[in-house]
Amino acid sequence: MSLKTPLGRVLGLGAGGGSHHWWLQRLSSMALVPLSAWFVIALVRLPDVQWATVHGWLARPLSTVLLLLLVPTLLHHSCVGVRVVVEDYVPNRRAKTLMLLALQFLHFIVGVAAVFAVLKIAFGAAP
Amino acid sequence: MSIPIRPTSPHLQIYRRSYTMVLSILHRATGLALSVGLLLLSAWLLAVGTGPAGYARLMALLDSPPGLVVLAGFGGAFWYHFVAGIRHLVFDTGRCLERREARRSAVVVIVATIALCALTLWSVLRLRGLA
Repeated sequence: MSLKTPLGRVLGLGAGGGSHHWWLQRLSSMALVPLSAWFVIALVRLPDVQWATVHGWLARPLSTVLLLLLVPTLLHHSCVGVRVVVEDYVPNRRAKTLMLLALQFLHFIVGVAAVFAVLKIAFGAAP
Repeated sequence: MSIPIRPTSPHLQIYRRSYTMVLSILHRATGLALSVGLLLLSAWLLAVGTGPAGYARLMALLDSPPGLVVLAGFGGAFWYHFVAGIRHLVFDTGRCLERREARRSAVVVIVATIALCALTLWSVLRLRGLA
């Protein structure tokens, strides 16, 4: 759904699909309340942060599932959030587009790397 | 195509400063900081996946004084963004938008953030046998 006027659309003004991003940001916020709280609370409640303890915690099936929900949601939330900031504060159209492209690629790369790490922790052979 | 020069938000030169506004700016600032923090989170997960040696290298970096300052900063930013984010979710339902309610919830956000930070710090120190 577009809330832009026809004139706004042909002039290319506005943030483009604003209500869609707005809704996705709220959806990810709601998901992140329990997911991020779980991660931080469980992390600081670990008896120590030795590799074996941390690996043991993260390799549990429940941790893997929650991390696979948490990591993409975090990256998505961050991507949309940073996008809004760039759209608000970078007036130059070319700079804005380049920054948005770079930030989205970066989010994808970081997200895939983190998901790979979670899967490696879950399924990788113990070194 | 030429685009007319239009005002960009936020209109800092127009609005009078208020502490609810400072809270809103802090929400963005902490959000941006936490986006940078995702790089560290991913690096940390990769380090855990790599094995004890790689993990120990990253943890040695984080266990230095500057590393601990960064971690404390991310911790504080996380809890602030977490609590203020819930406040914004309440706003989005159309509730608590009146000035008095918004000011009261702003105080709740600040108090809750300090409490959660203190609780987190206490939990970390206690479990590490430092307190």
